[in-house]
Amino acid sequence: MAATTPGSGGGGSDLYRGNAPRLMLPTWLMIGVFLLLPVLLMGVYSFLTKEFRGGVIWSPTLAAYDQFFLNRGLFGDEPPSIEWTYLGIFWRSIWQAGSATLLCFVVGFPTAWFIATRAPQHRTVWLFLVTIPYWVNLLIRTVSMKFLIRDEGPLNAFLLWSGVIDQPLGLINTNVAVLLGLFYSYLPFMVLPIYAAVERYDFALSEAAADLYADSWTTLRLVILPAVRPGIIAGAILVFVPSLGAFLAPDLLGGAKAFMIGSLIEEQFKGAAGNWPFGAAVAMILMTIVMGVLLIYARAQTRAQAREGA
Amino acid sequence: MMARAGTDLRRFTGFFPMTLLCLLVLYAPLMVVAVYSFNASTSITLWGGFSLDWYHDVFIGPEAPKFRQATINSLVVASLAGLAATLIATAAAVAMHRTGGFRGKTASFALINLPLMVPEVVTAVASLIFFTVIGFSGGIGTILLAHITFCIPFAYLPVAARLSTLPDGYEQAAMDLYATPWQSFRLVLLPLMAPGIMSGFLLAFIISLDDFLITNFVKGAGVETLPTAIFGAVKQGIKPNIMAISTLMLAISVVFVALSWLIGRNGKIKS
Repeated sequence: MAATTPGSGGGGSDLYRGNAPRLMLPTWLMIGVFLLLPVLLMGVYSFLTKEFRGGVIWSPTLAAYDQFFLNRGLFGDEPPSIEWTYLGIFWRSIWQAGSATLLCFVVGFPTAWFIATRAPQHRTVWLFLVTIPYWVNLLIRTVSMKFLIRDEGPLNAFLLWSGVIDQPLGLINTNVAVLLGLFYSYLPFMVLPIYAAVERYDFALSEAAADLYADSWTTLRLVILPAVRPGIIAGAILVFVPSLGAFLAPDLLGGAKAFMIGSLIEEQFKGAAGNWPFGAAVAMILMTIVMGVLLIYARAQTRAQAREGA
Repeated sequence: MMARAGTDLRRFTGFFPMTLLCLLVLYAPLMVVAVYSFNASTSITLWGGFSLDWYHDVFIGPEAPKFRQATINSLVVASLAGLAATLIATAAAVAMHRTGGFRGKTASFALINLPLMVPEVVTAVASLIFFTVIGFSGGIGTILLAHITFCIPFAYLPVAARLSTLPDGYEQAAMDLYATPWQSFRLVLLPLMAPGIMSGFLLAFIISLDDFLITNFVKGAGVETLPTAIFGAVKQGIKPNIMAISTLMLAISVVFVALSWLIGRNGKIKS
């Protein structure tokens, strides 16, 4: 927006030109000192030597990353082989986050489509209904889910009473429970961007497809899904990224058997493990994956914009 | 849309049931907890009739002082963090939308969004390490600093959205009539931005109130906010008083969202 002419629209005005440094200073200070600097420091910490009972000795070592990737036997004197414990936890986290994303899409896409095709004055109400749960405390939502699906909980009581099952499902402390928790936590994140994309969708495309004898499901697959793809990708990232590092759902619904990255990191700082450099290293690896996903996304978006502009 | 008589191109079989399923998933757990919070039975599974005992317990039961202190801490932190983050974000939004191009604009934008991109558990770990290294012991102070930081992008979003829809003609007019830039900002732009600023504050407030993970890392021993107190209690099993507290927080959240929505709508009508 080249909006330097007087009276031009918002967005690109330069009315207070020269005040930018003063206005940006508080943001730079707060986020720079209390987030950027700590993240860099965490990177340094991941290369320090651990001291027992938490804390570090300021001498550089690769021990934390060595512990993550390599297995050197119980006494550390065997030839190194790949350590599967932590890679396994990462794999489970990626799998769970991916499954949660897929599940959110399967339920979220039809919902977003349904809402976006209502009369304009009704859309706000439907959207409001979908967003309210997001504003409820995540801890409380996760606890509610735990309460609902426990073996003694209302879900099992109802299914037993109605005769669908004759013994409790035993959902709690399984991967399925964690998946349900993640799905429930981040479902609105999938609905909203897809909704925004469908709202901009040009229905003339559907008409054209119908004129060319495509049935509605073919139209959905070949015309609609590609057209609203940016919304789907945005939704997928908004669900996948927080799911990957989630702590509450795996901790409260999964227990020890459904351990995920979030719990692995937490344990190094708050739990019995007390290995700060290792915790920092795991956090660094998680952040690298997330930043990688976001970078690929940003690149793809820039390319798409360049194509549209051309 | 008129091309095929009798078929609606916007309709897909099964999408409406899926929408209902979506709402069921979103609401069922909350509804169940809200209903059971009024359960007279001490067993949290069997229904023993309607009662307000657990609400009574929340306010004057044996655990009441603990939860009262945690609530006060949460509200103090959320108010102060919301206020500080909104002030900082408003200044940043004016810089991004009213000062033209400046050196480091792209970097500034990335920095504002950094708290959204770094996974929460990473922020928690990094903050804990940072506060340990500089020798800040955990307490309300460290919680507050961490909360202000991660609330900035949430406060920024509504403020910047509002600002980007406002043409600068009103301020131009004010300056033509010999208002100083500060006067035109304070007397013209600020009132026009008010709905965005209010939404930004409410959003930051809710986000601060919602946080468990980062708070749990930086809070230090003995200091609790409502989510960390609830988490601690839940670890010992879900008791009915937790459901009563949850229902109260649910009600507060709904009121806040409704408020924020109404303010946003009023802002749109006025402009």
